[in-house]
Amino acid sequence: MPITVRIPTPLQKVTQNKAEVVLSGSNIREMIDGLERNFPGIKERICDEKGKIRRFINIYVNEEDIRFLKQDQTSLKDGDEVSIIPAIAGG
Amino acid sequence: MKLRDDQIERYSRQILLPAVGGKGQEKLLNAKVLIIGAGGLGSPCALYLASAGIGTLGIVDSDKVELNNLQRQIVHSVNTVGSPKVDSAKDRLNAINPDVKVIPYNIRLTSANILDIIKDYDMVVDGSDNFPTRYLVNDACVFFNKPLSHGGIFRFDGQAITILPHKSACYRCLFSEPPPPGLVPSCQEAGILGAVAGIIGTIQANEVLKYVLGIGEVLAGKLLVFNALDSFFRQVKVSRDPKCPVCGENPSITKLIDYEQFCHLRRKE
Repeated sequence: MPITVRIPTPLQKVTQNKAEVVLSGSNIREMIDGLERNFPGIKERICDEKGKIRRFINIYVNEEDIRFLKQDQTSLKDGDEVSIIPAIAGG
Repeated sequence: MKLRDDQIERYSRQILLPAVGGKGQEKLLNAKVLIIGAGGLGSPCALYLASAGIGTLGIVDSDKVELNNLQRQIVHSVNTVGSPKVDSAKDRLNAINPDVKVIPYNIRLTSANILDIIKDYDMVVDGSDNFPTRYLVNDACVFFNKPLSHGGIFRFDGQAITILPHKSACYRCLFSEPPPPGLVPSCQEAGILGAVAGIIGTIQANEVLKYVLGIGEVLAGKLLVFNALDSFFRQVKVSRDPKCPVCGENPSITKLIDYEQFCHLRRKE
């Protein structure tokens, strides 16, 4: 099931400057594992040591925040667009 | 309040708008807006708000103008390099519109002074450049019930959200905690495309104008995300978090956290 993941600028160092990655996965956890297989090192940027998504990073499926869905068990379907959005502080 | 002839002339292109009119212009002239940071975001925001005739503009910044600021901090100029940013901004804003009462605060915000500064304002614009200040501003606005336009930029990315305390999500509902120091580089270290600051700072000015005029819909409960490389704008929903540490059902943060202590605490972890 192809899904499109939008990678924010701070993480693009790990994705070889790709802003968009297409991969498959039936839920967010699988998607993160899929990202890690393609781009080793990205998981620890997104998740803490316990595997929980860091508190200054949110993940959205289409327009919905997964914290208000089923967190990393939120299921994904064909054509979903996932955005990883970190807090940014520059001004 | 009666508009003078020169005011009717100056603001004619916005008074013409059906949603603005003379009444809307009076609202703008009576409004008091505090801009935190006279930098990349604060510059375009202040220029548009002063031009639109926001009656009182407070500006907080403790820095002096440097040559490397001028690539994006468009309220300043070569002539003011070395001067406090707030004085440089005041001169430029009043050169455009002498109607605006610009109040400079040449200080760094802390938990001890922020409430005293924001209390007189109708709305706050956060254009600061670091997480500790952003969390301090968010918490103070929630405690004092001040609407807040938040904007952030990083390299080619920008974000904006408007916070109506206790009505829409606050910044901690969105990101409950800042990243540990050192994990996310600042603009100083990471670079920023000047126009990105212009786009997000201008969106913040637009949020203030809509809020003061009571027209349209502000970005409350919605985070606007912009990427400059593909000119991509998207909005994601931001719900109030019942577990939010400042505006949730059982807040764990009930007083302001001083940002230096904040960083210190974070470092100790």
